[in-house]
Amino acid sequence: MVPAIEIRGADKHYGSLHALKAVDLTVDSGDFFALLGPNGAGKTTLINLLSGLSRPDGGILKVMGHDVVRDYLQARRNLGVVPQELVFDPFFTVRETLKIQSGYFGLRKNDEWIDDLLHNLQLSDKAEANMRALSGGMKRRVLIAQALVHRPPVIVLDEPTAGVDVALRQSLWKFIQRLNREGHTILLTTHYLEEAETLCRRVAILRQGQIVADDTTENLLQSSASGKLEDVFVALMQDEDELAEP
Amino acid sequence: MHGFRTLFFKEVLRFWKVSFQTVLAPLVSTLLYLLVFAQVMADHAEIYPGVSYAAFLIPGLVMMSMLQNAFANSSSSLVQSKVTGNIVFVLLAPLSPGEFYGAYVLASMVRGVLVGLVVFLAAWAFVEIPVREPLWAVVFGLLATILSGTLGVLAGIWAEKFDQMAVWQNFVILPLTFLSGAFYTLHSLPSFWAGLSRFNPFFYAIDGFRYGFLGNGDVSPWQSLLIVGGTCFALSWTTLALLRKGWRLRT
Repeated sequence: MVPAIEIRGADKHYGSLHALKAVDLTVDSGDFFALLGPNGAGKTTLINLLSGLSRPDGGILKVMGHDVVRDYLQARRNLGVVPQELVFDPFFTVRETLKIQSGYFGLRKNDEWIDDLLHNLQLSDKAEANMRALSGGMKRRVLIAQALVHRPPVIVLDEPTAGVDVALRQSLWKFIQRLNREGHTILLTTHYLEEAETLCRRVAILRQGQIVADDTTENLLQSSASGKLEDVFVALMQDEDELAEP
Repeated sequence: MHGFRTLFFKEVLRFWKVSFQTVLAPLVSTLLYLLVFAQVMADHAEIYPGVSYAAFLIPGLVMMSMLQNAFANSSSSLVQSKVTGNIVFVLLAPLSPGEFYGAYVLASMVRGVLVGLVVFLAAWAFVEIPVREPLWAVVFGLLATILSGTLGVLAGIWAEKFDQMAVWQNFVILPLTFLSGAFYTLHSLPSFWAGLSRFNPFFYAIDGFRYGFLGNGDVSPWQSLLIVGGTCFALSWTTLALLRKGWRLRT
């Protein structure tokens, strides 16, 4: 079976900063995968390379077998990305935003799925509201709806629950889990390690542009005396601090 | 192809939602130019036999508003999207550089032509304007909005903040449109300025467009067509090459 995401030797520099150092990563189709790491580790850079927002300096990245550089149209059709930044177009309503996003992906009639998304993300009563009138949490949910509007087989969520309250966070995860059960591959970055621990079958940890752990959640938890992902994460970051000392 | 149509439709809807600012405001300012200049210059000698100064001025003002608004549409949309970050939705979509370019330029053309048409009809209510070679007017109207819309895309992908865009508007577009013969003929300028104007593609756009109305111009419409068409081609080619590289859009 073609992996949902296949990354071989992905390399990226920003000026003198070596943001990603020959990263290899495979996410199997249908997986629920967490990509963790401290701020500046390279998580968003890796997502940007996958989505075409940035261009790799080296290596090969594929989404559902489609090269993100040479076969970018197919790669993007197979990918839905929830960006980390809370961005929106102030000219349009929620429904217009989702219809326009559907159109970009070649979908003319997508109203049924848009209504389903609005319902599941508890946005039905805001469908005709201008994006400017929404709270931060609502804008975040519209971003999620935009990423899902073309039913991509691979969904990348870059810190999707930042600024979302607990109740909504739970309903959001139920919806994402439903999508995963229906066959969508989920790649998630989050700073809430308990979310990754509960939801994800596999976890990779990035540190200074390199993958330092890539295993099933179960194996990673077994490697820690406490059986908590947070302790695994802290231990790996302490190694980093030791390495950084002269 | 549907992605291209959607982006085009979105860009048209964007300016239409603020049509007071994007269509009516240019109409008012252009009519004020007409009112002031046509009054001040009314007693001056005819520029072409049998053509009043107001009739001479109107095609120039119409084209000037078309050029300025076509530029404003693509440039302001892109720079706003970049500053607010929502450009990401277009960049994540399966759109080719050609579709991206085409949608932004076509929407600029729609706004430019719409503003030009509204200004022309409003001026026509007050001043009799001959339309002797309408095909030339249509050709130069379309080419000029492609030219200006493309310049807007270039400026929009280059600029990362609003004051960088102001540099384009105030130091490129405004001088090019004001020093383009919108208000005067080339022959009325001192030889240095007349010579300099010959390097301004907007001068040929206005002269060719005016030829469509008056059947008279400073240079042959064929020469204008060659220069405006050639500039359009060169700018479009450059913009497409930059978009393919992801210049200033994809890090």
